[in-house]
Amino acid sequence: MPNKIVILRKICYNSTSVKMVSPRKVLLLLTFLMVLFAPARLLAGEVGGEQGADSQRKEIKEYTQHHLQDDHYFSLALDKKAGKHYGFPLPVILIDNGFHVFSSAEFQYGEAVVEKKGNYYKLYHGKIYKTDAAGTLTYDEEHHPTNAKPLDFSITKNVVGLLLATVLLFIGFISLAKTYKNGANAIPKGIGRFLEPLVLYVRDEMAVPNIGHRYKEFMPYLLSVFFLIFLLNLLGLTPLGFNVTGNISVTLCLAVFTFLITNFKANKDYWKHVFWMPGVPVPFKFILAPIEVLGLFTKPFSLMLRLFANITAGHSVVMGLIAIVYLFQNQLTVGGSIGVSMLLTLILFFLELLVAFLQAFIFTMLSSLFIGMAVEEHAHH
Amino acid sequence: MIPNLVGAGLIVIGAGIGLGKIGGSAMEAIARQPEAASKIQTAMIIIGALVEGLAFGALILGA
Repeated sequence: MPNKIVILRKICYNSTSVKMVSPRKVLLLLTFLMVLFAPARLLAGEVGGEQGADSQRKEIKEYTQHHLQDDHYFSLALDKKAGKHYGFPLPVILIDNGFHVFSSAEFQYGEAVVEKKGNYYKLYHGKIYKTDAAGTLTYDEEHHPTNAKPLDFSITKNVVGLLLATVLLFIGFISLAKTYKNGANAIPKGIGRFLEPLVLYVRDEMAVPNIGHRYKEFMPYLLSVFFLIFLLNLLGLTPLGFNVTGNISVTLCLAVFTFLITNFKANKDYWKHVFWMPGVPVPFKFILAPIEVLGLFTKPFSLMLRLFANITAGHSVVMGLIAIVYLFQNQLTVGGSIGVSMLLTLILFFLELLVAFLQAFIFTMLSSLFIGMAVEEHAHH
Repeated sequence: MIPNLVGAGLIVIGAGIGLGKIGGSAMEAIARQPEAASKIQTAMIIIGALVEGLAFGALILGA
């Protein structure tokens, strides 16, 4: 009498031509798929209650905005009725008349004032402000606090996401790099089998056609950017609640790297084409030069905005579709609204998988295009 | 609120026309020269991203 594992193993071995698929991996894949649908289940206990439609809408909007922002807590779920938070606090690092390190649990989700060496701090909407012992905050007309802010170097949710992505990339690429010890044509095993074609894709489709024979200098940057953005986009689709590439500071940083590399590696021809372009009548050179200089900045600016806007839009739409569960409960019944929400979210997740890859591709592609324009050697006219 | 929404609609119409033209021309070009499909696709995606970046920029600045 064969047990279930043996049957599963038989199915796995017979259904694929590759022998390496183990039942453990199939189970992993199934768990991953189940985890994909977890946000709807987690959120189910959060919003709700017998309030009016307006306050419900407001609550959903607040929750969406809270998800899109960076946070000092790694919060997975929140049970409003019981007042319980599921998740864990993260370390807070402040530089303000000295060096303060403490756990964000001391803030008690913004309700408590923390005292460190005579300074008082309060958490308000994900930001830390300096305050007095009573925790008073002064507001301007738009209800933003006007209190001073300490220098905040905390390990926030986004930093955790970045560190996680770094560790995962490190593990993956070390295992890929090790296979090449056995010769340049060695076949990678495990995760390297997935990574090697992507590395070749970046080299053959982006770096070589756009940059030309100097492509090797820029491969480390292009590969880092491609895999970091791709992995962070994918992490954003898990229910861990990361929204790293949907944070404008992160995309700004990536775009600044492209800007610096493009301009520091640029050759004489490039600057000539910016400030004193050949083959143009002299009066027009004075008109075109400012436009070209502006173009130096708009290119990284659009890189920054594109990635940020795409990921933010994707996350907002996912949150909106999950909100269908609450908004249409009366019209569609509980089961119906969950079904509709799940179906639409599933379809959107496939689109988001495409977007996750496409945005990493576009960022790397345009970076290599800009670098290629800067290092190109023109035929002398 | 309402002017914002009208503006967002106009932006999406503009971006839609742009993307439609890019996609349509790319389809024609691929049909005419199937062997150049990969090159045309790459160029199509780049220009699509530029149009999309403009639309997203306008949407974010407007909102």
